[in-house]
Amino acid sequence: MAAPLPATDLAPGFAEPVRQSQQAFRAALNALSYPGRVVTVPGCVAAPPLGPAQAALALTLVDFETPVWLDHAAAGAAAWLRFHCGCPIVETPSAARFAFVVAPEAMPPLAAFDAGSDEFPDRSATLVLSVRSLSGAGDLRLTGPGIPGEAGLGAEGLPPDFPAQWQHNRELFPRGVDLFLTEGDRLAGLPRTVRMRS
Amino acid sequence: MSAATAPVATGGPETGYNFAYLDEQTKRMIRRTILKAVAIPGYQCPFGGREMPLPYGWGTGGIQVTASVLGADDTLKVIDQGADDTTNAVSIRRFFERTAGVATTERTEEATIIQTRHRIPEAPLREGQVLVYQVPIPEPLRWLEPRETESRKMHALAEYGAMHVRLYEDIAHHGQIATAYDYPVKVNGRYVTAPSPIPKFDNPKMHMNPAIQLFGAGREKRIYAIPPYTRVESLDFEDHPFEVQRWDEVCALCGSSESYLDEVITDDRGGHMFVCSDTYYCAERQAARPAAAAPWSEAGGSAK
Repeated sequence: MAAPLPATDLAPGFAEPVRQSQQAFRAALNALSYPGRVVTVPGCVAAPPLGPAQAALALTLVDFETPVWLDHAAAGAAAWLRFHCGCPIVETPSAARFAFVVAPEAMPPLAAFDAGSDEFPDRSATLVLSVRSLSGAGDLRLTGPGIPGEAGLGAEGLPPDFPAQWQHNRELFPRGVDLFLTEGDRLAGLPRTVRMRS
Repeated sequence: MSAATAPVATGGPETGYNFAYLDEQTKRMIRRTILKAVAIPGYQCPFGGREMPLPYGWGTGGIQVTASVLGADDTLKVIDQGADDTTNAVSIRRFFERTAGVATTERTEEATIIQTRHRIPEAPLREGQVLVYQVPIPEPLRWLEPRETESRKMHALAEYGAMHVRLYEDIAHHGQIATAYDYPVKVNGRYVTAPSPIPKFDNPKMHMNPAIQLFGAGREKRIYAIPPYTRVESLDFEDHPFEVQRWDEVCALCGSSESYLDEVITDDRGGHMFVCSDTYYCAERQAARPAAAAPWSEAGGSAK
């Protein structure tokens, strides 16, 4: 894990935390409620190696109550997250409530993250992935709550066996992890209810 | 009954409070809960409900959900039993005018967030709108199984036989399912969920609704959700299918035969009339009617 940086080297967080976190939350709520739609997050901040939408979600949703796991490529964000969110950074994926992944192709399988229990399926991980490209039309065919009929989603940079992993995650319902796919300041939501075929 | 008004931007918000009253850490916790609730349709997510400056039973859960969703650009509508101008609706609307300075409206189609107590508006909702329900008792199994540990297990195992037995006993005693409000639904084919005490008349509106439906229970500290375009079935039997209320009367003010009607006592000699419970819907219909038209109560003869 990277050594803590001097505070002067840290990228800033939201300039207007109240307004910007509300806008980022509404973007996330809309993305998760209407899976397959790509939503732009207004007023993002840059916090490399995290993408702008990833950073906005972190500032909006993460705090001392939510242990965070970072993949190797995102490890440089640890000091920024600790300073702005005050969150614990954990080494094992299964201990995390939020995971920020910058190189999803090499990430651990979805099954490595906490899927909650049958009695408390809400106590599960939310994964925020940065993908190379994201579009509302693509070869991942989505059905389920939030989707009238069928929706298409295009995402490059996911693990090759992602649809199979997702199918397994779907079968755990009501357990399971929930995903946000991000590219730059845009994001799409994949709640555990979504069925996917490619 | 007040006429529908255009959105009104109110004066500056109260100073000394964070935007929309709640502190940011509380909003973060509630926002995380709302996202998990949307991901698990119908499942009641526990959350760290805060004490609000009004008593339990007055919408503390709904207010916390609204405060966490609300932004400066939103237009808020608040209804209580369908009416914009009853005590609960007025005080909650004023609460957000003062603590958030947001625009408010009575027009269903102009509102981006609608907080409701016990009704779904008659006007169809659209995508992107958020409907926030105030929920007194979020657990549909509570009257069958008082122990939280057991009802939680029943939800985990999708063990809902007891609920069907209750509905069957209704039929055995009364010849029909006598539950008229808070009629249990099954969300996305999995969780049996309390729709809050809306009349069962409104249950079909929850099915495949394009809007986001969020439920907040302050005393019981639960948040749950029905995402847009989600299957919502009212529990029933093949030989006793689910039915909504029907009236022989029409609304005495606007003549609607399609809306949910309240019976209003007009004197102490048994006089009464039926009027729409949704005041905005009723006012719009009255405004659209030619002024010369006779009052519906005379034409329809519903008042005695």
